Parts: sequence; structure tokens; C-alpha cells
Amino acid sequence: MDFAAIVLIQVLYAIASLALISVGLAIIFGMMKVINFAHGEFLMLGGYAVILPVQAGVNLWIAMLIIAPLAVGLFGMIVERVIIRPLYGRVIETVLATWGLSLFLIGAASEIFGYFQEGTSPPLGSIAIGAYREGVYTFFVIFIAAAVMAGVYLFLKRTRFGLVALGTMQNPDMAAALGVDTGKVYALTFGLGAALTGLAGAVLAPISGVVPIIGITYIAKAFITVICGGAMALSGTAAASVLFGTVNQVVTFLSTPIIGEVALLVAAIILLRLLPAGITGRFFRSGL
Amino acid sequence: MRSRAEILGLAALGLGGLALLFGLPHVVEIFALVDITVFVILSTLALSLALVWGFGGILCFGQSAFFGLGGYAYAIAVLNMGESTVPVLLGILLPMLFAALLGYFMFWGRVSDVYLAVITLTVSLIFFHLVNSTSGPEYRIGSAPLGGANGIPGVPQINVPGDPGRQLGFDEMFQLAMAVLLLTYFGLRWLLASHFGRVVVSIRENELRAELLGYDARRYKLAVFVIGAGIAGVAGVLFANWGSFIGPNVFSIFFTAQIIIWIMVGGLGTLGGAVIGTVIIQFLTTWLGETKIADTNLVLGVIFVLFVLLVPNGLQPMLRDLFGGWAARRAVARTGKGAP
Amino acid sequence: MHIHRRDLLKASVAGLAGLAGGVLALPRLAVAESAGAIKIGTICDLSGPLQPFGTQKLQCIQLAVEQINAAGGLLGKKVEVVSYDAQSNNQLFAQYAQQLALKDRVVVAHAGLQSSSREVIRPIFRRSNTLYFYNTPYEGGVCDGNAFCTGTTPGQLLANLLPFMIEKFGKKIYVLAADYNFGQLSEKWTRKIAQEHGAEVVASEFFPLDVNQFGPTIGKIQQAKPSFIVNTFVGPAHASFYGQWAGAGMKQDIPIASQTFGEGGEHLRMPAEISDGIYVCYNYFEELDAPANKAFLDAFRAKFGTDYGYISDLGMSEYVGVRLWAEGVKKAGSVDRAKVVSALESGIGMDAPGGRVVVEPKTHHCIFDMHIAQIKDRKFGILQSFKQVPPTNPGGVCDLVKNPNTNQQFEPKI
Repeated sequence: MDFAAIVLIQVLYAIASLALISVGLAIIFGMMKVINFAHGEFLMLGGYAVILPVQAGVNLWIAMLIIAPLAVGLFGMIVERVIIRPLYGRVIETVLATWGLSLFLIGAASEIFGYFQEGTSPPLGSIAIGAYREGVYTFFVIFIAAAVMAGVYLFLKRTRFGLVALGTMQNPDMAAALGVDTGKVYALTFGLGAALTGLAGAVLAPISGVVPIIGITYIAKAFITVICGGAMALSGTAAASVLFGTVNQVVTFLSTPIIGEVALLVAAIILLRLLPAGITGRFFRSGL
Repeated sequence: MRSRAEILGLAALGLGGLALLFGLPHVVEIFALVDITVFVILSTLALSLALVWGFGGILCFGQSAFFGLGGYAYAIAVLNMGESTVPVLLGILLPMLFAALLGYFMFWGRVSDVYLAVITLTVSLIFFHLVNSTSGPEYRIGSAPLGGANGIPGVPQINVPGDPGRQLGFDEMFQLAMAVLLLTYFGLRWLLASHFGRVVVSIRENELRAELLGYDARRYKLAVFVIGAGIAGVAGVLFANWGSFIGPNVFSIFFTAQIIIWIMVGGLGTLGGAVIGTVIIQFLTTWLGETKIADTNLVLGVIFVLFVLLVPNGLQPMLRDLFGGWAARRAVARTGKGAP
Repeated sequence: MHIHRRDLLKASVAGLAGLAGGVLALPRLAVAESAGAIKIGTICDLSGPLQPFGTQKLQCIQLAVEQINAAGGLLGKKVEVVSYDAQSNNQLFAQYAQQLALKDRVVVAHAGLQSSSREVIRPIFRRSNTLYFYNTPYEGGVCDGNAFCTGTTPGQLLANLLPFMIEKFGKKIYVLAADYNFGQLSEKWTRKIAQEHGAEVVASEFFPLDVNQFGPTIGKIQQAKPSFIVNTFVGPAHASFYGQWAGAGMKQDIPIASQTFGEGGEHLRMPAEISDGIYVCYNYFEELDAPANKAFLDAFRAKFGTDYGYISDLGMSEYVGVRLWAEGVKKAGSVDRAKVVSALESGIGMDAPGGRVVVEPKTHHCIFDMHIAQIKDRKFGILQSFKQVPPTNPGGVCDLVKNPNTNQQFEPKI
């Protein structure tokens, strides 16, 4: 019975971490149709953006919830201006350029930090669940993921900027005709996606550690989750995360982590075969 | 039809290739020849994706899956059989069979564009995870352990058919790889100039229109996909031979994305560009790794970004513009007619 | 605008072509051989996830060579190191091994970190008759006339660590291992040794090197309620296990014995409270209190400074390997492979910083002092020592003196 509770918590955690690493990519891809191949490295930057200040003595929560998203968000806006904007609309070139950015960031991190970087550990201690123990931080991650999804939804639907951004994505010419500075909207949207990604990287850093190639472990899953989610950025990511997170973790408990990964990948293939436009190509279409 | 300039160009390429094939082993030392051999093998792999993506319009993000399947099939078969002829055939046929199944699954389901890219990437990752976790001793096919993350070391070289004692040496391996590359290149040029090739390109240009003209796009895409897988499989077989080693890294996202980079650097939609892109990137990677001037990824990353911003269509079109413009002007001056 | 860009591109193409030509010439120029130097080769992981492991190995090799040259070199000549960075990639190990054998023609290769990399290059060096030293603690069993192993084996590590843990904590063992030959074979040894001491492995889990999420595993461990955990984890992804384990509050409940922890300086890269209490068993620790060790550390710090991480068995084995090989060359009076092998088989030893190390002729492995230690506040505290433990060779199956052409890795029979 207690073990079932542990399994459930771990499943929720898997869903939460998948949603966290994907939502930034979903916003950038879903709203701007830009495939950011450096997404994994934005996660890595978020990780370094929490570890380095903590080493220097900054409070962990400030570093994680404020410094990391801000830093990566700003970096994202610079990337958007320098690399994405000149290539807007050219999908292949964007992939190549962002892959180049990804290699550059991996290389820079390897040169500057190498693999000698010290990490932090999951804070908040642990609690007992019946005869088992689970880290409190696991619950924190689940909570943050839910908060992020809710926050993004409210931001896009209820704030002026959010509505302007949505309108610009749906019909940039019309928005421009109505006086919207589309360049600024794109920059801020990309920055928002980057900031969310930085936050995700920071939140996961105490659990997985941060090394220069940590982005590579995330990119494939994030990419697959976003595409399988379909056109609606938020509801698609949420739906795909629930499906894949559950499959992955349940199979992991039944066998090994690798079979769990394979199960996630097989589920993705089957899903795309049945729903070639992703989940929100058919369901939840009136969402966001 | 073919213009005189084009035929002369092809002939020059062919002669140049044959010259390299027979001449290079005598001019260059064994060690450098081994390095060049891998560039040749990877160029063949690039040609397979150039066909599938550049001409077939199928963004296959998992071409490495066929490459790896070919390499592993060869390695396991040759360790079991002791003689290499059948394993080489297996290394070509198994990827083609798998591509037929996967292609059927995708094309008959009308999956396309980015979704197809995701499915093919996912397939390659599945292979990676599965193969990476088979290092236990219970994972063996016949007498060949799968090796998991260890990979399969000590893969016997290709031998002269029927004579297992007579294995290929380093220079013969180069010549075999070069012969395969030349056959692939000219074979693909011929294929693309044929009726089949033209239909394939027309499907890439506008699938709906091709279907309305009566061509079943699914069949043509499947054919191109399977042929591409076979070529990738051959490259995989040669690769397993080259290092006497094959490991699960051939299925990783890093490697499969590299194939795409080679094509993009060389120029999507060209064949020669695929070879140029591969050679340049791999040469740079090896050179940077040896001289340790700076981190390989850092330099490659900077080059890619600059490249995209300055040379957006890839190298072959750029070279063709630069030097082809010169040839066209000469043709105009000579004949008074326009460029072919 | 169009024309200007074309000119720029033409110029850059021409420039690149020139550069490429120059670059192609470069390797030839750079190999200006110091006439008469003795070349030894090494392949280490100097970048990528295994960087902390490979870097100390190369540094120890360089220190050993520097000391040999300072004492007059070998046979009157200087020793030179040809070094390649395998970038944590086994494919590159294959390539560089070929290069060392065919192009650089080194007289001996000290190479390989992971057991998988060893099995890739060992046949290559055997084929090219290049003497090969594998200087890393591993799963034991290699019996190859062309190879010498100066790393500890399960007969020295697990055979001492496991009985200690069984006696102290109990008989139910949960194994967590890296999923490649080192982890797989070590797990087999753990099961065998456990059986011999009346204990039992209740479960074994294997993890490829990039797995860094252990939530479900921690849950399963709690369900199995073992007496202690035996951990054979490798690399930075696996290192995140310890933080997650501590985060789940499990540290005080179930102790961990690790076959690898600290070898790459992991304990210096995580908060002390995470690594406190882990048990290990190695031949060498920086904390060993011996004059030879103090001299070694002083020399190392003089050469490389103090910001180097941690030197463990991994680096020390390279130091010992190079020094032992040098002793073999001196005794043989030549760098000829067969003569050096005979010299090494005649019972060569040295007083290493970690105690006396003697080459065992039948197995081409080494006899070591071993110490069980526990980590506290990022330092290893020695708990128990064993003197001159012989290497793994169950039933004496490996006898390279009698059968020098053996080429095999023996596995434990359970």
C-alpha cells in the first residue's frame, strides 16, 4: 500500500519533470514554429545558473527561482535577436544554426567548467510515507511544474501581453496592422520560453547534477513530448507529459529504467501513427 | 538531356575517383589512408540521406539506425559464420527490410514532415537504448555477444569471397570503400536521371500534384527510403570493418544529427555536396581532436552558426555559383548561346 | 551587396583552401622526432564525462616520466610520451590505438580507463606486438601474454570489502552496477564472494552510463530492505545517485559499499553530508601516512599545483605502471618486447606511494597492500589494512609463464 503511494509519487514526478523540460520548447515551437535545437543547452545553462551562485553563497531558492530564469531568459532574447530573427521562417537553417549554438554551448561549458564542477544536493530533507521515505524535494518539483503550467496559462490568457502574443502568432500581419511591434513580441516570447527552460534546468539541477552534456539527455524527450503534444502548446504538452510520464515510470518500476525509456519511445511512435498531428490535433483543440 | 559540360563534369569526376582509388595507396602513408577511409565511408552514409532527404523530401532523423543495423548485422554474422560474404549481404538486406517495415508504417499512415522526423529519431533512440543495455553475458546471438555499451570489438575484416584466410588489408579496405562510394554516387546520379528519379523529385516538390497525375506517392517514397537504407547499411558494414569495432554510439542522437549537418553544410538537394560536407566536417573534427587547439564542439558550433548566416544554401551551390558562373560565362562567350 | 558577398566568399574559399593545405602539412611538421628518444604511448579520456578520471592518469604518467628522465632516462635515452585524448569515446580508442601502433610505433602503451575501452585496444596492441599496460582497477581475469595489469582486481578489492560489510551489517546485499563489462563481471564476483560468506544478493540492477534518475530504484531498494548496498557506479550521471539517496533520507538506514566512489574525486564535488559514511577498499589513498606517499604528493603538487581534484588508484596505477615498466627495461637492458616481458616476469617490484607493489609473474598482475576506508568530511579514514594481497586467479587458471600465448579474460564461475 505504501509502495503504491511511492509509485504514484514517482509517476507524478516523471510527468512533472517531463512537462517542465518541455513547456519552454512548446511555447517557442508552438507559437513561433521555431525548432530550437539548443533547448537542451538552455536547460544546462539553467543548471549552472543555480549552482554557480549557490557556490558563491547565494540562497538556493533565489538562485533557482529568480536568477536562473532571468539569466537564461535574457540569454534567450540575445539568441533570438542574433540567430533566430535573421532566419525566421527558414526551418532548416534555424535547425542548423541552433544545433551550432548547442555545440558551441557544450564546448564552452566543457572548456570553462569541465567535468570538475561541484553540485548541490536536493534540499528540504525527506518525509516518511508509511514504511518508506521520499524526498520532500520530489513534491516541490511536482508543485513547481503545476504552478508553471497554470502560470503560463493565466499569463497568456489573462494578461495584455499574453493576448497580444497569441494574436501575433496567429496572424502577424494583422497584428502589425493593428500597431503591434511584432519584433518585440517575438523577442519576448522567445525570452519567455528560454526563461521557463532555465527555470526547469535549475529546478532539476539538485537532482541530476549539471555537466556540459546534460542537455543531450533531455533534448530528445522534450522534442518528442512537444511534437506528440500537437499544435496547442500548453494543453498538448500537458497531455503528452501525462501519457509519457506515466508509461515511462510504470514500466521502469516493473523492469528497468532503460525499458522504461524504450516504452516511452514506443508509445510516442504508436501515438503519432494513430494521431499524426499530435494529441491536440484531435483532442483538447479549444485549449491553449 | 545532358549537356556537354555536364557529361564532361561527370567524366572528370569518375576519372578523378578512379585515380584516387588506384593511386592514393601508393602516394600516402598507411596511417593517413586509414583516416581517409573513414571519410569515404561516412560520405557514402551521407549520400544515403542526401537521396532520402534531398531528393525524396523525407526528413529522416534516424538514418543512423540503418547505418548501425548494417554494422551490427555484419559484426554478429561474421563472428558467427567466420566468412564474410553472407554477413556483408545481411548488413545490406537487414536495414532494407527494416526500412520497408518502418516506411510502410509511416507512409501508409500519411505521416510526414516534422512528425516523420520525430518517429525516425525515436526509432534510432530505441535502438540506442536497447543495444546500450545488452552488455550482460546473456545477450548473445549465436556466438557473438551483443556487448551493450562495450560494443563489439575484434570484428573480423571482410575477406575475399570464399577464402576466409585472405582478409582485406588497410589499402584494400580503402579501395573497397572508394569503389563503393563511386558506385553509389554514379548509381544515384543515374537513378535520379531516370524516370523513377524524376517522379521521386516531383513528389518532393508537390505530393498532391504527383498523386493527381496518377503516381502512388507512398510507393515511391517507400522505394527511396529502402534504397537509402541499403546504402546506409553498406556504409555501416564498411564502418564496422574499418575500426574492427562497432558500438551503440552509432545510434545516438549526436551521431544521427551529424549526418544531417553534413548534408546541410554541403547543400541540401545535391549529391556532391553531401560528400563535400562530410569530408570537411569530419576532417575538422578529427584535426581539432588531435591538435586540441580548442574544444571541438566549440569550434564546430561557431563555424555552423557563421555558416548559416553567410552561406545559407550550403557549400555545393555556393561553389557552383562561384565557379559555375565562370564556366557559364565562358560557354556564352564561346558559343554565343545562353548557359545550359 | 550581392557582388561584395561573392568576393568575400571567393576570398574565404581560397583562404580556407590555403589553410587546409597548411593544416594537412602540419602533422608531418609537428612530428619532428627527438632523435633517439624512447616513445611510450597513452590514450586517456581528457574531455567528456570521464575527464576527471583521465586527467589524473595522464598527469601521473607525466610525473613518472619526468622522474625517470631526471634520473638519467632509460638506457641513456630520454623517454617521451605520445598522448591522445579519447574524449570518453570507445571508437576513438580503437583509432588512436592503431595510430600508436602503426604511426608512432611506441615501444609500450599505457592506455585505457573503462574496461570496455581496454577490450577494444588490447587485441589491437596484441596484433601489432606493442607491449600493453592496463593501469586501472577492474573486474579481473585478463590473461594475455602481451598485457600487464597494474590495477586492483576483485580478489583484492571485493574479497576484502564484502566480508567486512557482511560481518558488520548483515547478509542481504543489493547491487547497483554500471551496465557494461566492468559492472556486469563485478556483480558476478559480488555474488560469488557473497555465497562463499553465507550472504546473498537479493537483487541486482544495471544502469547504462547516462542514467541519472534513480527515484524508482530508491523505492525498490526500500522495498527489498537489504543489509547494505554494493555500488559499482561510474561517471557523473551515476554520481547523482548519492544526492538523491541522501535527499530521500536513506543514508542512516542502509549503508553503501562502493567499488568506485572517490576514484574520480567525486567526493570533492558534492556536499560532505552526501558522501559521509560510504565504505571503499583501495590500494592507494592520498590520506595514506607514509614517507613515500608524502614525497610523491610533494612532487605532484610541485608539478601540477594544488587544484587538481584527487589522486586515487586510477592515477597511482599509471604511475606505478610506468615505473614498473621502466624497471623491466633496465633489467632487460633493452626495450625489446620479449625481453622486457621476461624481465617483468622475473619478479620485479617497487616501493610505491601506496606500499610495496610486486609483479606477479603468472598473471601479469600485481600484488598490493589494500585498505578499507570510510569517508568523513570529504576525507578517507583508513579502517583496516591487508598486506600484499595477491590478484584474482581462481584455481590458478591463468599461468602465463607456462602458457605465454594465452589470450583470454577469465570470468568467475558461480
